[in-house]
Order: sequence, then structure tokens, then C-alpha cells
Amino acid sequence: MALLQISEPGKSTIPHEHRRAVGIDLGTTNSLVATIISSQATVVENSFNEKIIPSVVSYSKSPALVGTDAIKNQIIDPENTVSSVKRLVGKNIDDINPESFSLILKNHENTIGIKTIQGIKTPIEISSEILKYLKNIAEDRLGGELMGAVITVPAYFDEAQRQATKDAAKLAGLNVLRLINEPTAAAVAYGLEQKIEGNFVIYDLGGGTFDVSILRLSEGLFEVLSTHGNAQLGGDDYDQILAEWLVNEDVINNDPKVKESLLKIARHVKESLTNIDFFHVDEKITSTIHIKKKINQSQFSELTKSLTEKTLTSVKQALRDAEINVEDIDGVVMVGGSTRMPSIQKSVQRFFNQSLLNNLNPDEVVAIGAAIQANMLAGNTNDDILLLDVIPLSLGIETIGEIIERIIPRNSTLPIAMAQEFTTYKDGQTAMIIHVVQGERDLVKDCRSLGKFTLKGIPPMVAGAAKIRVSFQVDTDGLLSVSAKELSTNIEASIEVKPSYGLSEDQIALMLESSYASAEDDKESRALAEAKTEATQLVEMTKNALNSDKSLLASSEIKLIEKDLSLLKKSIKTNDRIVIRELTEKLNSTTEVLASKRMDKSIQKALSGKTINSLEL
Amino acid sequence: MAITLTEKAAQRVEKYLESRGKGIGLKLAVKTTGCSGMAYVLEFVDKASSEDQVFESHGVKILVDPKSLIYIDGTELDFKREGLNEGFEFHNPNVKDSCGCGESFTI
Repeated sequence: MALLQISEPGKSTIPHEHRRAVGIDLGTTNSLVATIISSQATVVENSFNEKIIPSVVSYSKSPALVGTDAIKNQIIDPENTVSSVKRLVGKNIDDINPESFSLILKNHENTIGIKTIQGIKTPIEISSEILKYLKNIAEDRLGGELMGAVITVPAYFDEAQRQATKDAAKLAGLNVLRLINEPTAAAVAYGLEQKIEGNFVIYDLGGGTFDVSILRLSEGLFEVLSTHGNAQLGGDDYDQILAEWLVNEDVINNDPKVKESLLKIARHVKESLTNIDFFHVDEKITSTIHIKKKINQSQFSELTKSLTEKTLTSVKQALRDAEINVEDIDGVVMVGGSTRMPSIQKSVQRFFNQSLLNNLNPDEVVAIGAAIQANMLAGNTNDDILLLDVIPLSLGIETIGEIIERIIPRNSTLPIAMAQEFTTYKDGQTAMIIHVVQGERDLVKDCRSLGKFTLKGIPPMVAGAAKIRVSFQVDTDGLLSVSAKELSTNIEASIEVKPSYGLSEDQIALMLESSYASAEDDKESRALAEAKTEATQLVEMTKNALNSDKSLLASSEIKLIEKDLSLLKKSIKTNDRIVIRELTEKLNSTTEVLASKRMDKSIQKALSGKTINSLEL
Repeated sequence: MAITLTEKAAQRVEKYLESRGKGIGLKLAVKTTGCSGMAYVLEFVDKASSEDQVFESHGVKILVDPKSLIYIDGTELDFKREGLNEGFEFHNPNVKDSCGCGESFTI
């Protein structure tokens, strides 16, 4: 018997059509899965009533253990227990400092491999264990298979890290509805996307990392303007300072056991000072160390001031990068358990001079935002879907020399419209073929052709005089329409294509990879094609000029030009860019005489029979 | 006859209404769809319609439109936990047959 949930008025779904969708906050230290139950965004608990699942995987036994169970093995079997795998996802062995990881790292099929008793595991496989665990508790809670998930990633994640996260989800049997940025999820959790526009700051202080992001909202679309942070700054550092204050530094560093108990006490004091103003420590740690100390909130705040200041320095940097002033910030969202500290709340509030968005549980806010987004994407609400999609590959048109001119760069958020002006290449040209292509490479043959159309009826003009405006528009469904318009006559032609049609994610990834690998070649090919185009243009112009004005030149001059002309014509057939460039310049200089004589002639023609007074000078 | 809630269901509805921050009660209805004829509708109510029949059970208002009432009169709504899953269950005396999943039924 299925158990039913209460829907919003008028928004009941048809039976069997309520799609179970979740939001997943896949964190460095902890992970959470949330979903919408009876209109409430709820973090799902596992069977031990835990909502916050440590991102730890233990391979001691098969199947692998995840979460609290895995943490237990961290002490017994550290060689086969992996934590903080998020720092390795989508990275190369060269990208990281192996000394900062206690586990053995190997180069394994171009990615990192971690040696465990169950064989070499890649970060993708380890992440997928965490995702599988979250998927299972969500399916138990919702009573059936999930149709999809929204997974959050840091705003600074690059394409490879995002792809790796998707791969991990696929391996876990999850259908990824979308990856969204963690700060965006936090903003969605507070319903900020329902505003019309604004600039928002997401201040995220976790246990071990600090991130700040500046988001701009316009027309329901969040754009990350800038991010800044510190991967080595978090709540743990506050504990450390407090522990050092409780006893002297030597005591802490000499005995790891003492250090552990001290940090535990410090953490307890820190958390207690969130709710009460005053704390009395009276703890016996060893036979010789007995701590008796009193501390109040303002003392603690003073003690850890330098850490809080550091976060604000990052905030200032992020604002500078985003070119936004403090006064232009419309909301500040607090994320991460460490933001519960009153001293941080006060400092951030003072910095922005406004009250903070902090009434949601800061540990849950990212997962909740992801769940809200997942529910919308699954089609469980009648609300408009947030428009956060991006273009996977750049879009552009072919120009002379089979080179690509990019109009819309990849990763642009949808919907988007962009236009650029082009001109004719030959005198009297009356038509232009617009060849729409997709890809990151510089030459047409290395990209994907999406379609072609011809703009006819351009009035005959000299080369370069016509103005043809080519506009690209991609709507929210990814449908691309391209139009070309000749600006003096308003003649127009257009085409519509679906750029993603028939392209699998593998193919997109492959196209991206090849563009990175062949960046050098592409640069050279583009330069060669440009040199050839310029040379061909010069050959045409010189021929035309010789035809009409041969009489202006002495026969020796004509011979010289004809010699250079034929040399250049021959060189165009080769692929030697440097020779082509040299010969182009040579012909340019030998034709200078011809050019100046032609100029004199046309001026004379214009001036003949006119008085000085009749000239418009 | 009437529509009732078990105490557990009533507590849960009250909790949901409270955290939702608005709403006057719960709407029970049926619609003709699904794999076995009829399907249940369970929604929050912000505004009652004039034709709705209003019941009250353990302090919670239950609104039912007269057409739906024919199909669900006598129903007791329960709140159940099955493993990690929890949700509402209709105990409807009018049901002759329901599809395997229980989301739709025939009379």
C-alpha cells in the first residue's frame, strides 16, 4: 500500500506520476540528501536517525561501508578508509600534493587511484559509494525508486570535476537531473530566485573550508560573479585556538591523545558559547593537567578575531572581483555549521550592515535548495523551472578561410542572445552563406556542423562595406535560432537547430578534450588560414588595380609587381605561413607606387573643373 | 457517516500546517484517473469552497466536495511509518479493489 503525502492546493499529481526526486549535498566532510515531503523540504535520516552522513568510505569489508560505520574503521583500519575524496574528484595526480593525503595515491588510467584491500579505487568510485548510500536511504524513505537527483558542486569546480561528479552519480545508479552550484542551492533554499533581481553573498564556513560567492540574480537566473575562499580555514581552526588558550602550546603538540581530548573540550566550549554567554571549564585531562578556566562570548570572539578577519578579507576580495560595493548587496546567506558562532554572525552583519538570512539550519541549507530544485525539475510542481542550464559547447559561424568565429561561448547560461557584425569579402558580393558550427576548435573541419543557410540580395558594394548582423539566440530548451540581416536593406534569412540533438555526453566530453589537446595546432591553423585569406585578398585587389590602371606605371614597375604577384600566388598553395606573410608584405610595398598613383588620379578626377570654393572641405 | 483522522494523522497534519505557516485544513477528494479507476487527492486548503462538506476530527478541519464524498464516505485517514518511509493511508470502506500500489482504486 503506497503511503500518500499532502500536496499544495491544486497541485496533486496523478497517481504513479509523482516523481521521487532528491537533492544531494555531496560535501568534503559530510553529505546530506533531502527531498520534498508534503510540501516540506526535509533532510532524510538514515536508520540511525542521522541526517548528516560523514563523507567517509571504508573498504575494510565488502560491500564498502559509508558514514559513521566507516568512521569507526578510520581508527582500526586507516589504510582502507578514505575521507575528503571530494578534494581528489576530477583531478590528475599532478594536480595534488600527495603528501597531504595519507593514503597511497597512484596514477591509474590517467586519474588518481587509491590502493585498498579491495583493489585500486578511483575518486569517482569512492564518491559513488557515498552517493549510493544516500540513494538507498532516500529510496527507503520515499518508498520507491528515485527518478532523479540534483547534486551540488562548489562554484569553482571546473568542467572535469563536474563531469567526474556526474560519472560518480551514474555509477551509483542515479539519474542526474542537474548539477547546481552550492551557493545557488543556498540561495534557492531561501527562495531568493523568486525576487526579480539582486546581488547576493553566500558566506559558507564549514569545519575545514571557507567559501564566499557573489551571485547576481536577473530574470530568475543566478550567475556566479565571483568566488573566493580558503581551503584551510574552518571551524576546526577555532577549536585549535581555543585549545591553545586552555593550556600552553607545548602540552597540545607533545601528546596526540592529550591533543584529541583538548580539541574535544574546545569544541564543546565553542558550541556551548553559541547559546550561553559564559562557560566554566573544569576538566581533568591527565594526572598533571587539570584545566580550570572561565570564558565568555566576547573573550572567545576576541581570541578568534584573526580567523574571522581572514574570512572577511576573502569577502572583500570576492566583492572586488565581482566589482560590487557592499551597499549593492541585497542579501547575505549564512551556510555551514560554523556560522552558528555568534561572533561570526555579528562580524558579518556589521560588515554588510544588514540582517542576515540565517533562519534555516546552516548544515542543511544547501541540500534543501537542491531538493527544491530537484522537485521542480522532476515536474512535481506547476512552477516555472529555474533556468540554470548552460551551453555545453561554443556556437559560431564559419568565416573566410574555414575559420570559426565564436558568437556564444560555452558555459553561457540559457536563455541567451548574442549578435555580431560581419561584412562581405569580395567586391559586388550579393550573397553570404551562414554556416553554423559548434565546438571549441578553431577550424570548421574539427567542429560539428549544425546547419547552413544563405542570405541573398545583398546590394552590390565594395568588399567590406556591407554590414551583416548575425544574431544567435538559444532558448531555455536549448533550441538555437540564427538569423542574418543586411542592415541597409533589412533583408533577412534564418535557421533553427537544436545544438544538443544527437550529441551524447561522451561526445561532448570528447570534443572538449580534443580542443584542449590541440590548442597549439589550432592556433597555428588559424594563423595560416588568416595569412592565406589576407594574401588572396591582396592578389585580387592587385589584379583589379593592374587591369584598370596599368597605364599609370612604367613597364619596369609593372614587371616587378607581376613578379611578386605570381610569387605570392604560388605561396598561397603551400602551407608555409611565414613565407606567405613575407610575400604579402613584399607585394604590399611593391604596389605602394601603384596605390599612390591611383590615389592621385582619383583626386584629380574629383577636383577637375571645380573651384576651391565649391569644395566641401 | 463522516470522514475521520486517526490521532496520529491529525497530529501530523497539524504539524505540517504549522510549519507551512498557512492553511485552514485538509482536503480529501478523488479524481478519475490512475490504473484502477479512481485516485485519492490529499491537499492543504487555503480557502474553502461553499459546496465543500466540512468535518472535524481531533481538531483538524477536513474538507470534502460532495461528489468525492460518495466515494470516500466513512474513510479514516491514518498516518503510518513503514521502515524509513512515512505517509498517509486511506482506510476507505467503499473500496472493492485497488491496484497493487494503492494509489488508485475501484468501487
